[in-house]
Amino acid sequence: MVCGAAGSGKTLLATEFLVRGATEFGERGVFMTFEESVEDLTADVASLSFDLAALIAQRKIVIDYVRVNRHEIEETGEYDLEGLFIRLDHAIKSIRAKRVVLDTIDALFTGFSNPGILRMELARLFRWLKDQGVTAVITGEQGEGTLTRHGLEEYVSDAVIVLDHRVDDQVSTRRLRIIKYRGSSHGTNEYPFLIGWSGLSVLPITALGLQHEAPLDRVSTGLDALDAMLGSQGFYRGSSILLSGGAGTGKSSLAAHFVDAACRRGERCVYFLFEESPSQYIRNMRSIGIDLEAWTKSGLLHFHAARPALLGLEQHLVAMHGAIEEVRPAVVVVDSINDLMSVGTTNAVKATLLRLIDYLKTSHVTAVFSSLTAGDAHEQTTDMGISSLMDTWILLRAVEEKGQRHRGLYVLKSRGMPHSNEVTRYTITDHGVQLVGRSPQHRTVKRTIR
Amino acid sequence: MTQAARKGAERWNLRLYVAGQTPKSITAFANLKKLCEEQLGGNYSIEVIDLLKKPQLASGDQILAIPTLVRRLPSPMKKIIGDLSNTERVLVGLDLVPKR
Repeated sequence: MVCGAAGSGKTLLATEFLVRGATEFGERGVFMTFEESVEDLTADVASLSFDLAALIAQRKIVIDYVRVNRHEIEETGEYDLEGLFIRLDHAIKSIRAKRVVLDTIDALFTGFSNPGILRMELARLFRWLKDQGVTAVITGEQGEGTLTRHGLEEYVSDAVIVLDHRVDDQVSTRRLRIIKYRGSSHGTNEYPFLIGWSGLSVLPITALGLQHEAPLDRVSTGLDALDAMLGSQGFYRGSSILLSGGAGTGKSSLAAHFVDAACRRGERCVYFLFEESPSQYIRNMRSIGIDLEAWTKSGLLHFHAARPALLGLEQHLVAMHGAIEEVRPAVVVVDSINDLMSVGTTNAVKATLLRLIDYLKTSHVTAVFSSLTAGDAHEQTTDMGISSLMDTWILLRAVEEKGQRHRGLYVLKSRGMPHSNEVTRYTITDHGVQLVGRSPQHRTVKRTIR
Repeated sequence: MTQAARKGAERWNLRLYVAGQTPKSITAFANLKKLCEEQLGGNYSIEVIDLLKKPQLASGDQILAIPTLVRRLPSPMKKIIGDLSNTERVLVGLDLVPKR
């Protein structure tokens, strides 16, 4: 049973269940629609790259449009809904279907005035469906304070999914929750989902345990001097790196070095930009001698730029997840996470990042997150919330000294490796970031103790 | 066109959808037969369709409930569900008496 208000995505979920069944699992399906004609339904889901017409032509899906119109029906005595059973049975047998959708079953209540008969017949229908050995998705309208308007969830014993579409702070989010799923331990949270061009996508669920493998190999940061500060070998592959610093401290430049180095190794990268357009970023990086355009042309570097306010937090996460699934990169940069902060509360952002990091870690993707700190004094506290999620934390700060403003780089922590504890001065030149501090090799070797 | 004129002018074409010989369908057929004789004289034909034998016919007339009586002629098409035991409602449904 899938319930939800109008526009919550019930029909889509049901359609996708049939389409995927027919195209990916070799299970044919029957779609009994009570609300939309075959033509309307086909047109509606065509925008989602589902070609129902073709599947109907191949006899993989049968659609039966059941039109219920009370004005046409005069009730004159005892009746049952055997006709519905016969139609369904006929459709199932005609293609030996394994999947059935009834969308939206509530339409029957508008068509027939005797709820007693209807309830009895629906209970019989659900039992009958089970006896047929088919998996049935039945959609129902949400009621006031109840899961479904007509309490249909009482008849369905196996699984109940609730879809919800709400708007918080002008940002709309779709959510999905499994109320009941007999015989399985299911997640009980609300999971955000998106309706994209390829159908419904639910977010990667937070890994329940921390069981991802930790790769041992290391990747260069793109700067030899910085590699040297990190035990001479750079970051761990699959680790999460936080680059935090005030405005203009070169966070994006440092990220560009890392991306450039990854592309040189022939690895694919996805760069999420929330502040500027890719062309502007490429131009700015070219001015410091890093040519990223060549990598975008060769297909190694993919930019995804979006204004943070355009989407809800979960939608960002889904979009990022989608981009990562598509490109399958070795390196991901999120520039910057502050922009995500503007969309949600700190807790929500932390939860979102946690899910993203879990997902990246399981896929062994090295991820760099940049974070803008408000002022020098607060730079460590503002990132407090998320720093625990990060394996390596590099602070970039402006240091005033003898009337001059210098930039200093500091490895605040780096799990699992000896690293420098020196504030190393650096400059941003027309050939990239240059670390100019005293040679860090002499002063490293200290393990992070957490 | 008045009811009487239409009654006289057109032959009634009725279809009764059933699913096997259930008590409800037997009652419905008996009720229908009686009513037609009283109201329409001999000017009618009844086609009984057993959906257990011809399930493919159910979608054409949008049949869900059993028994369903469909008045195909005279047009417009009318649909009546149930065992037709409520004669008054059947007459209303078939447009044989004006709706109150």
